[in-house]
Amino acid sequence: MHDEPLIFERGSRGRTGWDVPASTETVALPAELRRDDDLAGFPEVGELEVLRHFLRLSQWNYSAATGMYPLGSCTMKYNPIVNEAIARLPGFARLHPLVPDHLAQGALAVVAELEDWLKAVSGLDAVCLQPAAGAQGELLGMLLVRAYHRDRGAKRTRVLIPASAHGTNPASSALCGYTVTELPISERGTLEPERVAEAMDDSVAALMVTNPNTLGLFETEIERVAALVHERGGLVYMDGANMNALMGVARPGDMGVDVMQFNLHKTFSTPHGGGGPGAGPVAVRGMLADYLPVPRLVRGPDGLRWDEQPGKSVGRVRSFYGNFGILVRALAYMLRLGGPGLRDVTRYAVLNAAYVRAQLVGDFHLPYDAPSMHECVFSDRLQQSSGVQTMDIAKRLLDYGFYAPTIYFPLVVKGAMMIEPTETESRETLDEFVAAMRAIAREAREDPARVRAAPHTTRVGRLDETRAARRPVLRWRPPAQAPGRTKEN
Amino acid sequence: MSAYLPHTSDDVAAMLAAIGAPSIEALFAQVPAGLRERARLDLPTGLAEPELRRRFEALAARNGDAVVFAGGGMYPHDVPAVVDHVLQRSEFATAYTPYQPEVSQGTLQAIFEFQTFVALLTGMDVANASMYDGASATAEAVLMARRVLPGRRTVWLSRALHPHYREVVATYVQALDDIVVRELPWNAEGRTDAAAVAAKAADDTLCVVAGYPNVFGVFDDLSALAGAVHRVGGLVISVTTEPLALAVVRPPGACDVDIAVGEGQSFGLPVSYGGPGLGLFATRDRLVRSMPGRIVGETVDARGRRGYVLTLATREQHIRRERATSNICTNQGLCSLAVTVYLSMLGRRGLQALAARNHAAAHDTAARLARAGLAGVFAGPFFNEFVVRVPDAPAVWERLARNDGLVAGVPLGRWYPELSDALLLCVTETHTESQIARLVDVLAAAAPPARARA
Repeated sequence: MHDEPLIFERGSRGRTGWDVPASTETVALPAELRRDDDLAGFPEVGELEVLRHFLRLSQWNYSAATGMYPLGSCTMKYNPIVNEAIARLPGFARLHPLVPDHLAQGALAVVAELEDWLKAVSGLDAVCLQPAAGAQGELLGMLLVRAYHRDRGAKRTRVLIPASAHGTNPASSALCGYTVTELPISERGTLEPERVAEAMDDSVAALMVTNPNTLGLFETEIERVAALVHERGGLVYMDGANMNALMGVARPGDMGVDVMQFNLHKTFSTPHGGGGPGAGPVAVRGMLADYLPVPRLVRGPDGLRWDEQPGKSVGRVRSFYGNFGILVRALAYMLRLGGPGLRDVTRYAVLNAAYVRAQLVGDFHLPYDAPSMHECVFSDRLQQSSGVQTMDIAKRLLDYGFYAPTIYFPLVVKGAMMIEPTETESRETLDEFVAAMRAIAREAREDPARVRAAPHTTRVGRLDETRAARRPVLRWRPPAQAPGRTKEN
Repeated sequence: MSAYLPHTSDDVAAMLAAIGAPSIEALFAQVPAGLRERARLDLPTGLAEPELRRRFEALAARNGDAVVFAGGGMYPHDVPAVVDHVLQRSEFATAYTPYQPEVSQGTLQAIFEFQTFVALLTGMDVANASMYDGASATAEAVLMARRVLPGRRTVWLSRALHPHYREVVATYVQALDDIVVRELPWNAEGRTDAAAVAAKAADDTLCVVAGYPNVFGVFDDLSALAGAVHRVGGLVISVTTEPLALAVVRPPGACDVDIAVGEGQSFGLPVSYGGPGLGLFATRDRLVRSMPGRIVGETVDARGRRGYVLTLATREQHIRRERATSNICTNQGLCSLAVTVYLSMLGRRGLQALAARNHAAAHDTAARLARAGLAGVFAGPFFNEFVVRVPDAPAVWERLARNDGLVAGVPLGRWYPELSDALLLCVTETHTESQIARLVDVLAAAAPPARARA
């Protein structure tokens, strides 16, 4: 494995990978506006140098295409290659967002059809595709809740959130001006109607619930819980991050959910891209539709068009219409599978998780033993006597050629390991993963030092995160600048 | 059997036996039966891959292929083939947030390089790993200012800031009772009126937000704005929708700006009907712990080897929950990779040459239109986008799009009623001389007859 310097440490003065024809005439900016540092620090490298640099970096990445990526709550399924080709069709990729609607009818048809499919899967009435990610969908969803209550003159200040929620749920609620009341979960791992009833009063704007929750458990009392919230005038928000467990099995609209976000990069297979871009469409019941962001897609006599009239809208959450390229991929995925295929996705996602869980029980502690859906959560309790912790198990899995589960989450489980195999893994791959986990459990008993020192086979060992945070080095600096700080400080 | 699912009936039988379940349906017993019965999807069956491609090829073909001279927040630029080749590497595309740095050094080093590029380009000290888009980055910058200067009330948005960006700021702060948003006018140059800032900015000023270039393609006088705002203790946020301009113009960091944000789509990403792009976000060292979003830092492993990790996580929501700096929990990873590869390919000389070419092409086009009787609306310095007055602009624009396959920029009346007779035109290296000549010809035909001349 080669070391690979930073791109800024490569190259030679005067080299470039992209020759731009010289302008016939140059125009000068006013002197006080001219950049005078000659882009100091920018690299000067050739095309092959650039290609090799990034291909070498790519080889240092573990990815869902190269191996099983059981990262719970992130749904790291196969991302179909054909969708990449489809999103790159020039008719989509080169379409400017400000052309008149009659020159964008193909794109608008994609938007309309995706809205329809998401309505069908959610059992809700209206969909907005604008949010760029799940967390932005959450923010929008809670702004809709706020606008709904305001319109009715209700002063509601609190949001109920179960202890097992994603960290973004409280952060999004806070941005909407709400205070968060955390709800305890039952010994079984789910929400109890009694706890909701106790916490519920006229100051509660909404309950924010993830279903299946972050323990991978279906909220069996969701209908009663939703009814309790509705009785006191509150709304039910569902974090749809785990929709891979529900397609064709249960629709949020039928559960009593009023507003939810989808994560297209999870359930609908768009590549996670090392952190994005994703898309977090929001689906709502009819009474919330008027508050959705502008522009809204409407069907007119001349075809589809965008309606910019603000009306009661909470406003935009991003520029233009959302991450359109991601929307194309998600629709391609849905059309490829069809309704029956989406239902099969859920069936096999749950089958795969149940299979892994059944075989790891005994080797690892299962803190909540209710039947789980598309993911399961273990802990490191059985390994504690040997001094091996969840972090060590995760690092050792890297040596065995797997990515690690989501660890130390949900917070309600000490030393949690959240495993989500997804439906696209074959039985043989799951068997290999189970074998690796069992081997680590055995090593923890027989040679714990080896597990604690893992990983042993990766390009770098465990990295010093404390040093990174205490003395942040967040960028490369040109050599002349390196010793000192910049003048602004 | 469905697409992408590897399970054979033998697999299913063996797996159910290991689980001890009679059927797959039995695995869903905890879901109330009533919900399951109502959930049947009334959706068509799936398409084979060739059918699927044909279906989307037909949809894409319905979008027409007009020659487009529009920017307005998304800019068409040529992209080296290497950029998309790297983006299509599954090792980058199908990884996620680098929670396990030992097997994510590719993503992490690329982000570190991205942060460096953004810092160098903006002239700021430090940048994050990117935000959703330029508009939400602007809103996050305002929220950051509120954390840095709690108790200050007024956010001044330049009215010459892209309208989508102003709308997104308004959306993000609508629930915050301690913030009011007000607007600043532009002057005859099309620049945010620094004199108005000096007159209006009082001690409750939280920040001033101005475009660089702004929505008219004109460079605001950031130094003058900064002088006025800093006198009352507020922050200056610059917003750049066309970052190519920063290759030739004095960067925000040299204009006393506190937070520089923008849209990064110009660097290696197609316009793709408005997204995905990415938000650029840079600030000063002294403010870094208030900065939202993912950040990568350099460190070492136990053997002293250089490596990269996500850092300063104590700002983030999985630790801080409702007290986090932001609810954002990802970046636009693959888009930031596109920017990094693109800027590496062009490098210092390529980027300077490309910016000079855009600048020259737009100025040349503006001069030809002026000679044809279509005067520019604003006198301020511009980059590759400018505003011309065209009588009956919306109708002309509509007619050219319908009959001539030419989108003559953006009719500004849709955003500014007082500019209903103006078009916002953008010229980049993607436009050929013959396309530009045609644009000048067809617009000249729409010029006022008395002033039109050959």
